[in-house]
Amino acid sequence: MSAGSPDRTSVANADVCVVGAGPAGALVADRLTADRDVVVLDAGPRFDPDDRLARQERAIRPGYDRPDVWDVGGERDAHASSGERFYPLNHARVKGVGGSTLHWQGMVMRLHEADFDSETERGVGADWPIDYADLRPYYAEAERELGVAGASDNPYAPPREEPHPMPAFEPSYSDSLFAEACEELGIDMHSVPNARNSEPYDDRSACVGYGTCQPVCPAGAKYDATVHVDRAEGEGATVIDRAPVQRLEHDADRVTAAVYATPDGTEHRQEADAFVVACGGVETARLLLLSESDRYPDGLANSSGTVGRFFMDHLFAGVGGTLDEPTRQNHVGFYTSACDQFYDEADAETAPFKLEFFNYAGPSPVEEALTGDDWGDELLGRLRDGYGTHVAMGGLVEQLPRADSYVGLDPDRTDDHGNPVPDIHWSIDDRALRTIERANEIQRSILEELGAEIEWVAGPDATGPAYHHMGTTRMSADPDGGVVDADCRTHDLDNCWIASSSVFPTSGAMNPTLTIAALALRVADDVERRL
Amino acid sequence: MELTRRDATAALAAVGGAGGVALAARQRADDPEDGDEAAAGDGDNEDDAALDDVAVRASMTAVAAVLYPSEVDGVGAFVDRFLDGRLDGSAHAKGIRIAVGELDDAARSWYGGPITELSESECDRLLREVGADTAEEDSDGTLAERARYYVVNELLLALYASPTGGELVGLENPQGHPGGTESYRRGPR
Ligand SMILES: Cc1cc2nc3c(=O)[nH]c(=O)nc-3n(C[C@H](O)[C@H](O)[C@H](O)COP(=O)(O)OP(=O)(O)OC[C@H]3O[C@@H](n4cnc5c(N)ncnc54)[C@H](O)[C@@H]3O)c2cc1C
Ligand code: SF4
Repeated sequence: MSAGSPDRTSVANADVCVVGAGPAGALVADRLTADRDVVVLDAGPRFDPDDRLARQERAIRPGYDRPDVWDVGGERDAHASSGERFYPLNHARVKGVGGSTLHWQGMVMRLHEADFDSETERGVGADWPIDYADLRPYYAEAERELGVAGASDNPYAPPREEPHPMPAFEPSYSDSLFAEACEELGIDMHSVPNARNSEPYDDRSACVGYGTCQPVCPAGAKYDATVHVDRAEGEGATVIDRAPVQRLEHDADRVTAAVYATPDGTEHRQEADAFVVACGGVETARLLLLSESDRYPDGLANSSGTVGRFFMDHLFAGVGGTLDEPTRQNHVGFYTSACDQFYDEADAETAPFKLEFFNYAGPSPVEEALTGDDWGDELLGRLRDGYGTHVAMGGLVEQLPRADSYVGLDPDRTDDHGNPVPDIHWSIDDRALRTIERANEIQRSILEELGAEIEWVAGPDATGPAYHHMGTTRMSADPDGGVVDADCRTHDLDNCWIASSSVFPTSGAMNPTLTIAALALRVADDVERRL
Repeated sequence: MELTRRDATAALAAVGGAGGVALAARQRADDPEDGDEAAAGDGDNEDDAALDDVAVRASMTAVAAVLYPSEVDGVGAFVDRFLDGRLDGSAHAKGIRIAVGELDDAARSWYGGPITELSESECDRLLREVGADTAEEDSDGTLAERARYYVVNELLLALYASPTGGELVGLENPQGHPGGTESYRRGPR
């Protein structure tokens, strides 16, 4: 395709139209392309791989906000936040080929078995209509597709049948400091699975230690979904960028076309036999709401009234401080040890949570050097004082699905195409807030055992979202209880699937994307079966 | 500590050439005025201030002597090599030329000579008098903000993203430098 004006017209006789080119859409497209005519539409651009260093420079320079790194923001991405807590949506996503994995951290865990049976096992939340066993083979495949470096030293992880595709990253120097304290306290540490190459994998480089994984890996060692978009395209899929789908046209039980806009101001209709909506946990719900009709006055596929409801994220809990010895932080941008020991103690009172031992505590000297009114020897003195002895722990906590935490449409504000913008109405349950305190207690005890002077605590008041958008088109065997069935196919429309963490009925506390990937592969199989 | 050619190459490997994505073209989140097509924004009226590249390199080297700590040597060759990769046809390179040109104009009117002829303390004062010490960097802002962006932070970024710059602080694999996956595992020396 030429750089000037690529052909953005629709494809005749397509079998499958995938909306969204993040990991979910990319994996579906890649899996179906061998035997089917697949079209992928994405709202954002194709990013030039040669620009990654310049994007890294944006990540380091103080003049740019995080959303600037991948050109998020402006009218296209306008949003509202009407809930109890502000939700910084544009820090939490990327639009374009590759989706939010361009920015992500790349930590990839499987959910635990009990996460699929929260109501039964823990007395709160909603059971999934599928079990860990249903996803287990797809998890293994997802780990191969993304390229996961991991080890089998985690006694708390759910059962697995084979080793990870790559060996785990070795523990860091600061992990060895934590290990002594944890041993003293009877707390277990173990490796953590990374979607990041510990050795060359799938024609991509091994990690070379740029240390800016989040928001950009210039080496391509961190997985992002351009891997699968490129592969699908190489096998014949058509990928159309800058093609935001405006609405899904439909009759009573089928989607008939995705209507998309292009930069030249025109609209096109992509018809297909099957549609897979993979716009992420916010825009998927929004697109369904925008596609309302006389037949579906509250939004497409919304006979249950649950589209947009039960919005969840994972909550951050953390403690940080300094030691009186060097801790060697900020060499790499990912962490290498975690603790899942407390995860399955979850019940109705306490949420599942996991703990992380950071390798990037405290300031990054190069970023610090660019702010402040000093230079020369004075600046160097400040950098030396600021760097070197920080330690920190993080953790993620599950929040329960609640109908009053939701994604809706803001009637008062429209985007660059005149569509109402998403309104994130985010609220958090008390169990989650209590669990943050519990996580803080453990984190604090570890840091105190280490002899750290504690400098900050991200507790219930200071918590923030981990940028995992879940729950807004929940999966339910009962058509009145959710948007999609156990196969991720919408109850209302026979030829429409959703591949996204938006289908999670309860979220667990593990980062969602490996589960998204496993579900996407499973969606592709179901689409293939029914076509 | 000696800054080497390898450091400059490493600094460039960290931030890349100035071309590629219009680095200066920033899109603010939540700013409805910003469209999709970010434009590189340098007013053309500033063009006369732009210096030729020989003078830009010499002036940047003179400024670096003030910005870099006294214990680093080899500043001239380091800055020269770094600018080999940055002074291309891009909007960013143009921004550097213009900002250095305007600083040079200020040096001439306030100190009676070009930047390259100022003493280190005069150069330090010049930077502070234009406000580059307290300004927040902005590729599209006032002279103070642009001097911070294209001159001060440009040079500090080059130094502190290089292995020698990192090592000065105690971090031999600074952010932006692809220093491998050994160093994070090593203890202090
Ligand atoms: C800073 C950060 C760190 C993260 N770290 C981790 C981590 O460590 N581990 C983890 O598991 N997850 C992490 N995540 C979350 C992870 O990125 C997401 O779970 C994942 O990318 C979701 O995949 P997706 O394909 O469903 O959606 P996305 O990746 O968001 O992709 C959706 C795509 O759909 C497109 N789209 C949206 N609306 C439309 C429309 N109307 N028409 C056409 N296209 C549309 C968008 O342009 C986008 O490209 C992180 C996220 C962020 C922001
Ligand atoms: S540290 Fe992160 S950014 Fe650097 S190469 Fe490894 S994965 Fe990529």
